[in-house]
Amino acid sequence: MNTFFTNKRIILFSSSLLLLIALLAIAGPWLSPYRYDDTSHASLLSPSLDHWFGTDINGRDVLTRTLYGARISLLVGIIGATVSLAVGVCYGLVSGYCGGRIDTLMMRFVDILYSLPRLILVIFIIAVFDQHAKKFFVELGLIEWASWSRLILLFMALGLVEWLTMARIVRGQVLSLRERAFIQAAHVLGQSNRKIIIKHLLPNVTGIILVYLTLTIPSVILEESFLSFLGLGVQAPQASWGTLLSEGAGFINPIKISWWMLLGPGIMMALTLLALNFLGDALRDRFDPKFRKK
Amino acid sequence: MLPFLINRLTQAILVIVLVVSATFCLIRLAPGSAFAVGDRKLDPQVEQRLQEKYNLHGTLPEQLGRYWWNILTQGYLGESTHFKNRSVAEIIKETLPKSLTLGLIALTISLTLGILIGSIAATYHNQPVDRSVMLLALLGICLPGFLLAPLAILLFSITIPLFPVAGYGTLGHLVLPALCLAAPFAAYCSRLMRTSMLEVLQQDFIRTARAKGQREQFILYGHALKIAILPLISFAGPLTASILTGSLIIEEIFKIPGLGPFFVNSVLNRDYFLTCGTVIVYSTLLLLMNILVDVLYTYLDKRIKQV
Repeated sequence: MNTFFTNKRIILFSSSLLLLIALLAIAGPWLSPYRYDDTSHASLLSPSLDHWFGTDINGRDVLTRTLYGARISLLVGIIGATVSLAVGVCYGLVSGYCGGRIDTLMMRFVDILYSLPRLILVIFIIAVFDQHAKKFFVELGLIEWASWSRLILLFMALGLVEWLTMARIVRGQVLSLRERAFIQAAHVLGQSNRKIIIKHLLPNVTGIILVYLTLTIPSVILEESFLSFLGLGVQAPQASWGTLLSEGAGFINPIKISWWMLLGPGIMMALTLLALNFLGDALRDRFDPKFRKK
Repeated sequence: MLPFLINRLTQAILVIVLVVSATFCLIRLAPGSAFAVGDRKLDPQVEQRLQEKYNLHGTLPEQLGRYWWNILTQGYLGESTHFKNRSVAEIIKETLPKSLTLGLIALTISLTLGILIGSIAATYHNQPVDRSVMLLALLGICLPGFLLAPLAILLFSITIPLFPVAGYGTLGHLVLPALCLAAPFAAYCSRLMRTSMLEVLQQDFIRTARAKGQREQFILYGHALKIAILPLISFAGPLTASILTGSLIIEEIFKIPGLGPFFVNSVLNRDYFLTCGTVIVYSTLLLLMNILVDVLYTYLDKRIKQV
C-alpha cells in the first residue's frame, strides 16, 4: 500500500483529476444541450439518459447547473485564494523581516484574528456592503457588472479573512532565511530593504507559497458554499455548488425525496476538494522542510 | 494565577466593548432601514417616532452611548425591531440554551473522537489502519456539514427511521445534528492529534520509558498522551469559533430553534439590537473559551512558567 501510493503518484493523479474537473467546468456548459437557467415543464425528474443528474423544481438540468456551478465555485476558490495570498505574503514578509517588537505585535494581531469566527465577519461584511457595492457599479456606469457585485464582494471578503495561515508560514520561513549568509551579504553590500525582500526573500518562499495556495483554495470553496447555502453567496439564477446543495437539501423531507439534486453537486464538490487536499498534502510533504521525511 | 486571570479578563472585556461598538456603528451606517417596508420610503415623522421608540434617534455617538448606558445601568439589551414587542434578552434567553447544548455536545464529540482516532492512527503509523483512518479523516474534512446533514436525514430518519427528521426536544433530536456538526472538526482534530502524537513518540523521554521496560500501553496513554494533547487544547479556541459558525447552518437544516438563524436574519433585516446582542453573546463565549484554554495549557504543560 505504502509503495503504491507514492508521493509522485498522488500528485500526478490528483492534478489530472483537477484538470479534468476544470475542463468539464469550462467545456461542459457549452457542450450540454441545455442552458443552466433554461426552465421547462420537466420538473423534478429523476436521473435518466436525457438528464444524467435529473432536473430541479424549475425543470432545469442539474448536470448543466452543476458544471456551471463548478465554474463559479472554482473561480471564487482561485481568486479568493489569490487575494489571500497577496495579503498573507506581504504581511508575513514584512513581519518576519522587521522582526523584534513589530513582529511580535503583528503576529499577536494574527493570533487574535485566528480566534475570531471569521465566517461571521464575512456574513457581516456581505450583508452590510452588498448594496453599497451594487450602487458603486451602477454609478460607474457598469450596469452589467452589478449582477457580479456580490461575487466580487465575495472574492474580497473571503480573501481578506483567509490570509492568516499564509502570513504565519511566510513569516516563519523569512525568520530563518533572514539569518542566512546570503541575506547578510546583501546587507553588507548595502542593498535596500525593499530590494532584499523582493529579490532575495520572495524567490525563496515561492515554493511554500504555492503549496499553501493549493490548501487555501479548498477552504475558500467550502466557505463560499457555506455562504451560498445561507443565501449570502452567489445569487439566482447563477449557481454555485453551495446554492445547488442548498436547493437539494430542501428536497430531502419525508414528503418528497429528490436525492439526485444533492448527489451530483455533492459528489462533484467532494471530489474537487479531496483532490485539492490530496495535492496540497503531497506537495507539502515534498516541499515544506517542516514536513519533509527524515 | 490570579493576576494572569484578571489581566486576561480585562483584555477580554476591552475586546468585547470594541467589537460590539464597531458592530453597532457599521450596521447603523449600512444602507437599508429596519423600519422600511420593501422599497417604500417611510413618512419622516413616522420614522422619527419609530426611532425614538427604539432609542435610535440622535447622532451615532449618542445612540452608541445610550446603548452602552442602558446595558451597564439596567442590563437592557434593547428591543428587536423585527420581532415586534420582543426584547433581545428574551430572544437570547430562549434560544441560547439550545445552541449551547448542541455546541457543547459537538465540541465534546469532535475532541474525544479526534484524540481517540488520532492516537490510534499514530500507534499504527503507516500501517493499513493508519492509512484508512486518515483517508476517512481527509474525506471528513471535504464533506461539509451541510452536505452531511441532508444525507444523514435521508439515511437515518427517512429510510431507516431511527431519529426524528428535525426539531428539538428529546435527546434523539440532538444525535444527528451534533454528529453532523462535529464530523468535519473531528476529522481535523484527529489529523492534528496524529501528527503531534508521532512527534512526541520520537522524543527522548519516550525512549527512556521504553528502555525502563514500561508497558507500551502505559507509555502511550500515560506519558505521550499528556504532551501530545497540547496542540489540540490550543486548537479548542478556533474550534469553538468554527462550531459556532457551523451551527448556523446545522440549526437551520434541522430546524433547531437556536440562536444561529436569528443572528443571520438579524443582520439581513437590519435588526440592530438583536445583531449586537448576538455579537455580545458570541464574543463572550469565544473569549471565555480562549481564557479557559490558556488556563488549561499552563496547568497541563509544566514547561510553561505561570506568569
